[in-house]
Amino acid sequence: MVEKNSSKTLLSANQLTCIREERILFDELSFEITAGEIVQIEGPNGSGKTSLLRILAGLSRPYAGDVHYQGMNIIRARDEFNDDLLYLGHLAGVKSELTAEENLNFNLRISGYDKFDTRDILAKVNLAGFEEALAGHLSAGQHRRTALARLWHTNCKIWLLDEPFTAIDKKGVEELEHLFLAHAKRGGCVVLTTHQDMGIIGDDILRKICLEYRFV
Amino acid sequence: MWKWLHSYADPERAYNLSGKLLPWFAMLATALVGIGSVWGLAFAPTDYQQGDSYRIIFIHVPAASMSMAAYMAMASSAFIGLVWQIKSADWAAAAIAPIGAVITFIALITGATWGKPMWGTWWVWDARLTSELVLLFLYLGVIALYASFEDKVLAARAAGILAIVGVINIPIIKYSVEWWSSLHQPSTIRITEKSTMSTDMLYPLLINIAGFGLMIGAITLIRFRSEILARNGMRPWVRELAIAEGVK
Amino acid sequence: MKKGISFRQAFFTLLKRDLQIAIRHKGDIFNPLLFFILVVTLFPLGIGPEPQVLSRVAPGVIWVAALLASMLSLERLFKADYTDGSLEQMLLSPQPLPLMVLAKVLAHWILTGVPLILVAPLLAVLLHLEDNSYGALIATLALGTPVLSLLGAIGVALTVGLHKGGVLLSLLILPLYIPVLIFATTAIDAAGMNLPYSGHLAIIGAMLVGSLVLAPFAIGASLRVSTN
Repeated sequence: MVEKNSSKTLLSANQLTCIREERILFDELSFEITAGEIVQIEGPNGSGKTSLLRILAGLSRPYAGDVHYQGMNIIRARDEFNDDLLYLGHLAGVKSELTAEENLNFNLRISGYDKFDTRDILAKVNLAGFEEALAGHLSAGQHRRTALARLWHTNCKIWLLDEPFTAIDKKGVEELEHLFLAHAKRGGCVVLTTHQDMGIIGDDILRKICLEYRFV
Repeated sequence: MWKWLHSYADPERAYNLSGKLLPWFAMLATALVGIGSVWGLAFAPTDYQQGDSYRIIFIHVPAASMSMAAYMAMASSAFIGLVWQIKSADWAAAAIAPIGAVITFIALITGATWGKPMWGTWWVWDARLTSELVLLFLYLGVIALYASFEDKVLAARAAGILAIVGVINIPIIKYSVEWWSSLHQPSTIRITEKSTMSTDMLYPLLINIAGFGLMIGAITLIRFRSEILARNGMRPWVRELAIAEGVK
Repeated sequence: MKKGISFRQAFFTLLKRDLQIAIRHKGDIFNPLLFFILVVTLFPLGIGPEPQVLSRVAPGVIWVAALLASMLSLERLFKADYTDGSLEQMLLSPQPLPLMVLAKVLAHWILTGVPLILVAPLLAVLLHLEDNSYGALIATLALGTPVLSLLGAIGVALTVGLHKGGVLLSLLILPLYIPVLIFATTAIDAAGMNLPYSGHLAIIGAMLVGSLVLAPFAIGASLRVSTN
């Protein structure tokens, strides 16, 4: 356990303080995320879960404190970090003017992959037969799956997922959970926020970081 | 450089340091502007060509020269904030913007007022007046952008980027406007050059330029301090300060 | 699952995507163009139809209209990407941000700048532009509109997260457009008088190079603030 902590820390947050609209969301928050961990950020609405994820991804800047990726500040080592990061926000990043296949193709290429079979990947998220459909015509769940499809073709270790289960049916959630477990086993880590209960990833595996709603 | 800067990046230290500097700036500015203005407006000799109307230069020239200097100061501060990620520097830049805009506006108004007796019209598309007008627009852009963001920490960063973009463009704009006006106008209209000025006129002018600079510095410090307090309202040290002030 | 995309491939992937989206969304191409034509048409109605007067103001009118059309069309440059989350993905992709931004600006220029250049000579006919000035008109627009797109994109990137766009955007970027306007219109004037104007073009060209090099960084930094 000790060895694991010292050698495989992927992401560490140091004394993070986040202030939104003159309100302190969290103050001097520190934690480490090691390879093989699945971490759920918990807390009521408005407690700063999304803000924390965005800070971890390097999208938002904390009021104070910093985030390190394998010992390097993510702002200074942005290229290396982005190369190892897969972030999916609650906005899916799917273009409604493009088809499911074009969307996935673009997302994967922009992430740096050049050899992949979009049809095969789309089949894995139950979108077989919808490859040519414009994303704008897909249902909310299918839209979400188009974004999530990237998880099936990636070698990024750090997954930061904001509400990945939104609009996904029960079976889909189970498939995602299996995917997370497999990813953790390969030495990756998953940090996610969700209000849904997970059936397969039990509390013994799942680590929780709790944020409270703070007044003032 | 980095270490030194960083020690003042802490808002509390920046607040205390600016508090110590403020009285010096304020006293010197009052003294210099007082001496320069009284000397220039009351005692300097009358110009043989323009009579007493030339005396407006004791306000116009300091305002015009400081309008540009204030923009430079704002952009440098924004640059420090952007590169070294120091929030206090962003706030300082945001604090300078409205002061710079007012000074630029004063320069424009006094320039136009001076133009009336000199050229017989309130406004001519003279190169200096035109660049001063564009400078005012640049200031107003920074202020408007700052005002549009709800989150003032972000607002200061965004305004800072705009200020830096503006400062790169200022020389280009100035050059193009000068070139444009030389192309479109007979060169008969020229503002008296400083070098032809007698020392009795020059000294009060220089004193006023320095005074205006210090005055801008003093007002910036006041705005900077309230900016820090506003952004750090939830911090313990600000609360303690508020309690201490309230007790007094 | 090796990552094997070169910067050039990433650049063209994004460029192709933006063009593809715009082709499926044709209003974005035609509306600014229509605006450009309308504004130019308004001037003869406002100042009278005398050919001498019109040909005197033609360079300025066409360029001011081009400036406004370019600014209006720019407003949508990052908006859609911002609202659907693709902008975040772009910021987090391993590709260099200035390069991505440049691809987007180039796509935008192809869609709005090029049509503008093509229509401008027709409008110049309506305004009785001097016969010698057509070459200069095309050349200044070809060199100048990319500068407008690049500078304007900075303002757009700064305001993309805000609800109020238009008026604020014009306040931010129109002052920056002044040098391009000055050199472009004087070049066209010079051409009309049979004077050489290659010096003007060289200066606009220098502005293009300068903004090509610097603007993508400013746009990138602005986007990072806007998505914060």
